[in-house]
Amino acid sequence: MKNYWKRHRTSLVFTIIFSVLISLSFITDFQPGISIGKDRFWVFLKEMILFLPLMFILIGLGDVWISKEKTEKHLGEQSGIKGMFVVIIMSMAQVGPLYGAFPVAYLLWKKGTSVRNIFIYLGAFCTIKIPMLTFEIGFLGWKFSLIRTLLSLPLIILIGILMERYFKNRKFEMFEG
Amino acid sequence: MKLLIFITITCLIISFIFNRQKTWIGIRKGLKMFLNLAPTILMVLAAVSILLYFLPNELIVKHLGENAGTAGYAIAALVGSFALIPGFIAYPLAGALVKSGVGYPVIAVFITTLMMVGILTLPIEIKFFGLKTSLLRNMLFLMASLIIGIITGIIYHL
Repeated sequence: MKNYWKRHRTSLVFTIIFSVLISLSFITDFQPGISIGKDRFWVFLKEMILFLPLMFILIGLGDVWISKEKTEKHLGEQSGIKGMFVVIIMSMAQVGPLYGAFPVAYLLWKKGTSVRNIFIYLGAFCTIKIPMLTFEIGFLGWKFSLIRTLLSLPLIILIGILMERYFKNRKFEMFEG
Repeated sequence: MKLLIFITITCLIISFIFNRQKTWIGIRKGLKMFLNLAPTILMVLAAVSILLYFLPNELIVKHLGENAGTAGYAIAALVGSFALIPGFIAYPLAGALVKSGVGYPVIAVFITTLMMVGILTLPIEIKFFGLKTSLLRNMLFLMASLIIGIITGIIYHL
């Protein structure tokens, strides 16, 4: 508990001051504060309050069940085009905001996924996840989505390759968050 | 969301059947990661809420619509890189922009930067990737999103 406070002091203090100010706004009927708290912060918080803990439980389960050898074989340095294909399909099936993909990327890295595939995973998550595509097609049309997807794919693969080159002689490291 | 709840419960049950102890370790590991990330996320969301009060969506849309040419692209890219708008709000917004006459290239740049670059979520990204890699990723993704956005918009018009 003491360690937790020490490690996250800045964010915790910021959040506590924010909460106090928002509460005071509600008490004193201060409209800007109420608007920030109710129409923005709460809307954001609602989106992730259930989503993130569930996702982290899945990540924890993945951590104990997914074998390192198999991940290395299918997604590691020697995985080639098949590995890229697997991470792209994986990311397409996901939902949620980009910051939800970072812990998954951490799990992938821990289990031996190559640098290239980690960044291809992030790129595909940003650009072609299916839940997002359905929205895009609905509001901007399939032609727009198709062109954007076809342009995105080669570029995110290129970024993956560039990242792999960059980290060839440097140490690539991820952290638990 | 319902699907996620369903998947999580199914995985938990299967995991429990195979190995009860391993499942508990997994749950504890996951929740520990979550608790370590929660303060940063709360801080980012609080900061974004304050910022968005002074820079509401309507204002953003107005500026995107009013500026043509290079300035339009620059504003679209800047707003897209900073904003934290979930897809289910961003796409209707983009659809409304199209109807109000904003060009497809500008909208494409806004959408691609919004999806690929996250300046305000950098504190979260740094916790997993470290400062240098996070900056590098955002820079490369920004370049890619500009290329994708501009070319998509142009091809769409052909």
